Order: sequence, then structure tokens, then C-alpha cells
Amino acid sequence: MLTEENKNKVEELRKRYPTSQALLLPVLWMIQEQEGSLSEESMKYAGSLLNIPYSHILGVVTFYTMLHRKSSARYRIDVCTNVSCMLRGSGKILEHIEKRLGIKPGEVTSDKKWTLEETECLGSCGTAPMLAIGDEYYENLTLEKVDKLLESLQ
Amino acid sequence: MNLQPAQPEKLNAWERVILPDVPGLQKIDFYLANGGYKALKKALELKPEEVIEEVKKSNLRGRGGACFPTGLKWSFMPKKSDKPKYLCVNGDESEPGTFKDRQIFEFNPHLLIEGTLIACYAMGMTAAYIYIRGEYGKWIRMLQKALDDACANGFVGDKILGTDFSTHITIHRGAGAYICGEESSLMNSIEGQRGYPRVKPPFPAQNGLWGCPTTINNVETISNIPVIIKNGWKWYSQVGAVKHPGPLLVGVSGHVNNPGVFEMPTGEPLLEIIHKWAGGVPGNKGIKAVIPGGSSTMMLRGDQLEGIRMDVDSLKAAGSSVGTAGIIVMDSDTDLIQVITRITEFYYRESCGQCTPCREGTVWMYKILKRFEQYQAVAEDIDLLMDIANNIEGNTICALGDAAAWPVQSMIRRFRDEFEKRVHESQHRVVA
Repeated sequence: MLTEENKNKVEELRKRYPTSQALLLPVLWMIQEQEGSLSEESMKYAGSLLNIPYSHILGVVTFYTMLHRKSSARYRIDVCTNVSCMLRGSGKILEHIEKRLGIKPGEVTSDKKWTLEETECLGSCGTAPMLAIGDEYYENLTLEKVDKLLESLQ
Repeated sequence: MNLQPAQPEKLNAWERVILPDVPGLQKIDFYLANGGYKALKKALELKPEEVIEEVKKSNLRGRGGACFPTGLKWSFMPKKSDKPKYLCVNGDESEPGTFKDRQIFEFNPHLLIEGTLIACYAMGMTAAYIYIRGEYGKWIRMLQKALDDACANGFVGDKILGTDFSTHITIHRGAGAYICGEESSLMNSIEGQRGYPRVKPPFPAQNGLWGCPTTINNVETISNIPVIIKNGWKWYSQVGAVKHPGPLLVGVSGHVNNPGVFEMPTGEPLLEIIHKWAGGVPGNKGIKAVIPGGSSTMMLRGDQLEGIRMDVDSLKAAGSSVGTAGIIVMDSDTDLIQVITRITEFYYRESCGQCTPCREGTVWMYKILKRFEQYQAVAEDIDLLMDIANNIEGNTICALGDAAAWPVQSMIRRFRDEFEKRVHESQHRVVA
């Protein structure tokens, strides 16, 4: 399931940790980045690679909010609504996106292109309001910037 | 990110040392050209215990929130151990209002690497793990690039700079859990487990990562180490507040004209930080409330800020704490009920669920606060809220319970009028 490159990375990482269980998060990240999500099959694969029972892996995957068992849409928009962003208008940003895409947080558009989430502080308080799509941060947002961003993503 | 003060001419000159004003410093060539890795060389000429002594005498206190003296923490590590010893560098940075470590990853990653190496040398560690929150994917790649360059230049790995000292540094990516910033959760997370906090004692210095002696330090704390070694403890201990010295990365967000991360000596007046560094409040509005050090710290009233300084003693005397030095400013029009409801929602969502007072108490407080937010509160709700907060505080394995209780307690103590007003409005609201 892992690419050859990633398999090599795993072997390198084995030298850095005294237990194979410690490689669980790195391996889950690799699979999720390759496959988009963590299926039961892929979690079992990680288990066989690292000699960890599936029950333990499922416990770990369900603990962390960034590990997904299903990929619901092509783009996941995380809008921070914690205090610093809230004080600088994240409510309006969220409302604007909700209207534009016709979905509420937790929902997916019918074409499976977009999903929307309210998220906790992402460490962009000095450049609030902000949203994240994947690893990319979009900061100092205005409604116009949001429109441009959504239009630019196909 | 903005690192420049709004009115530099009105401030005492401070030449930045953690985030120096040197473009390109993230590149190893620039870092070396600006005296980089010289502190490591200097440290390797000292005995490990001399390095610890240097850090002890500098009076450096941890920058992750608890302000614990770093040298003292280091001295808890056993000198001789038949098990390996580990360093964890905490870059989970998830406390709302905190965005400082991110600037170190971006603008001065080699300082962090150099500090990590010196810490490993001082405490006899052969491996260090830098744990970074999963959302910081971009910044993890920046630090990884710096780490690869440091390895290629012989600063990290086996027989560093031709000595017998060897250590490896590994970046460990988190996956979205505020609780993993708690040191024992962080260790569990590295071990490939759910990020549940551990019961203490045993403390990490005896029984930490994989049951071995471990020290956990914040990214900013570790980044201060090369500065101390380079300039000496005497110089360092004279910067800023005597009992809490050194440069401090202060983040200012919320209702200010010039939000950003500002490096300054500890002990700067809070009002000066808000007005001269962060450019004051938009529309020259008054300040209703200030959170001084991330959302877990006790909220201060806008009319009690005079004389408060950003250091451990001054903020303690004012009934709050430095925390992560993430200041959130709220202007006179802010709906504080909405603020405290959002803060409490955060702790309810991030509670790991191990301890009943925190798991049940945070959601209970959140539901009551929602009633206030929706104008459905009754007078008894205020005392009920306080009662729940008091019963969470001190009754949980880790400090998340306290962190959820403190904002609610301080809000009721200092802004009871806001709650009473909302109760009154709840009862007399004319529904259209």
C-alpha cells in the first residue's frame, strides 16, 4: 500500500524510535497523504507493518481530529472561529461561505467538491480571520478574498 | 506575520535575539555567517554540568505556560542512567491566542536546532523529538529543511563536530489534539497511543518516554539556550524582569491595529504593549477585557491594567499569569458572554474525556453559557457555573480542567455585572 519511497522512509524511521508502535502516527500520515483517508484495510496494513492490533489503531485514529476514516469532499475548508478570529469577524466569514456553498459546518456539497468545518485555534491569531485548506493557510481574510479563493480552486 | 512594533521610536531599543531582523536567517549559510552554531561549539568545550549550571544561573523560565525554572528542571534528570535519556521539544502550540513558536520554525529554525543540541549535550541525551502540531504542515517542512541542512553540515548525528557527542533529532507530527501540548500526553502521542495525560508522579525525569528519563521543554524555551550560552548567564539574567528574565515573544491579537508577535524583554508594561507595540485599539475604543497569556489564563478587566507588566510576579499579583504570552485584547463593544462561551466550547471539545470532572463539567458549563448567550439564563445559573468550575479545578489528572475553570471563574469574579445584565435581559426580553 505504501509507495517504495515511503517504505524506505519507514525503514529510516525505525532507526529513530525504540518501538515500532511509535511509528504509528508517521505511517498513518503517509497513508492518509497517499490515499486521502484511512480505510479499514489501510489501518490493518499499518498494523501488519508495525505489528500493532487493529483495535489499537482504530483507537488512535478516532482520537485525533486530523485523521480521517472517510474523505468526504475534494476540499475541506477549516474556518477558525476561536476567540482571536471571532473578535476579528470569523463569524461573517463562516456565514459567507455557508451561503455561497449552501452547506453548514459538517456538511458536504452535492457535487462532493466542498466540505466545511468550524475549527479550533490554528495559530494564526495575529493574521485573523483565517481559514485552512489542507496544509495551506489563508490569512487576514475579507469576504472578497474568500470569493477569489473559492473561485480559484477547481 | 508582523514582527515590527507600531511605534518603534517610542520604545526602548531592543535588538532581537530570538527572531533577529536578519532576512534569510532560516538558511544555514546565513545562520552560520551570523554567528550560528558558535554557542554549540562553546557548550561542547564545557562540561555538561557546567552547561546546566549556566542555564540555572540565567534564571530562564519555561515559555510554554507554566514558567517553571528550566535549569532546575534539567537538574532533575539523573546523571547516571542505565536507560537512554530523551528530550522532547514541545511545538504543539495550540493554546488559543498563541502563535509564537510558528515564527521560530519559519524565521530562525537553526536556533531551535542549536538549542536542542546543547540541551541534549547538557543532559546526556542521544535522541530528541520535536513534536509539532499536525496543522503546521508547512512549518514542519521548513524545520525539516533546516534539520536536513544541519545534518549535512555535521551539526546533528554521530560524533558532532568531531567530539564524542552524538545525537539525533526527529520531528514528530501531531494529528490534531490540543491535549497533546500537555507533556505526558505528548509523550503518549509520540509512543503511538491516544494522547491521554498520565498521572504524576512518576515525573518524566524519572519515568518519561518509553519509561526512560525525559525532559520536555517548549520550543521558545529551547531557543533561548544558545542565547544564554553565547552571552553568558550574567548578561541574560539582567535582561527584563529579575525573577523572570530574558527575551519574550509576546503575541498580540484581537482588537488591535497592529497585531503580531513582538520580541521584547520580559516585564514590559501591558498597556504599552497594547498601545505602542500593537498600535492601540481600532477606533480609539476603550478596552473592556484582556486575556494576558492564552485563553487558559485569567481574564483581566480593562480598567485594572495600569501598572501590570508581562512577567510572572506582576501578572500573579494581578490575579492572572503569563501563560504563553498570547495577549488577546477586547474592546468596549465586545460581548464577553459570547467570548467565554466560545472559550468554554473549546475546552469541552478538547477535553480528552479521562477525568469525570473535566469531561462532564466542561460540557455542563458550555450548556449553561449557551443559555446566557441565547438570553435564556436565570439568576441561579451564575452561582451554578461558579460551583461547577470550582469542582473541576484541581480535581483532574492534567491542567486542562484548571484551564477550563479559570476563565469562567475569573469572568464571574471580574465581570459578574455582565452575567447579571444578561439574566435581566433574559427575563425582560421582548420577543418580536
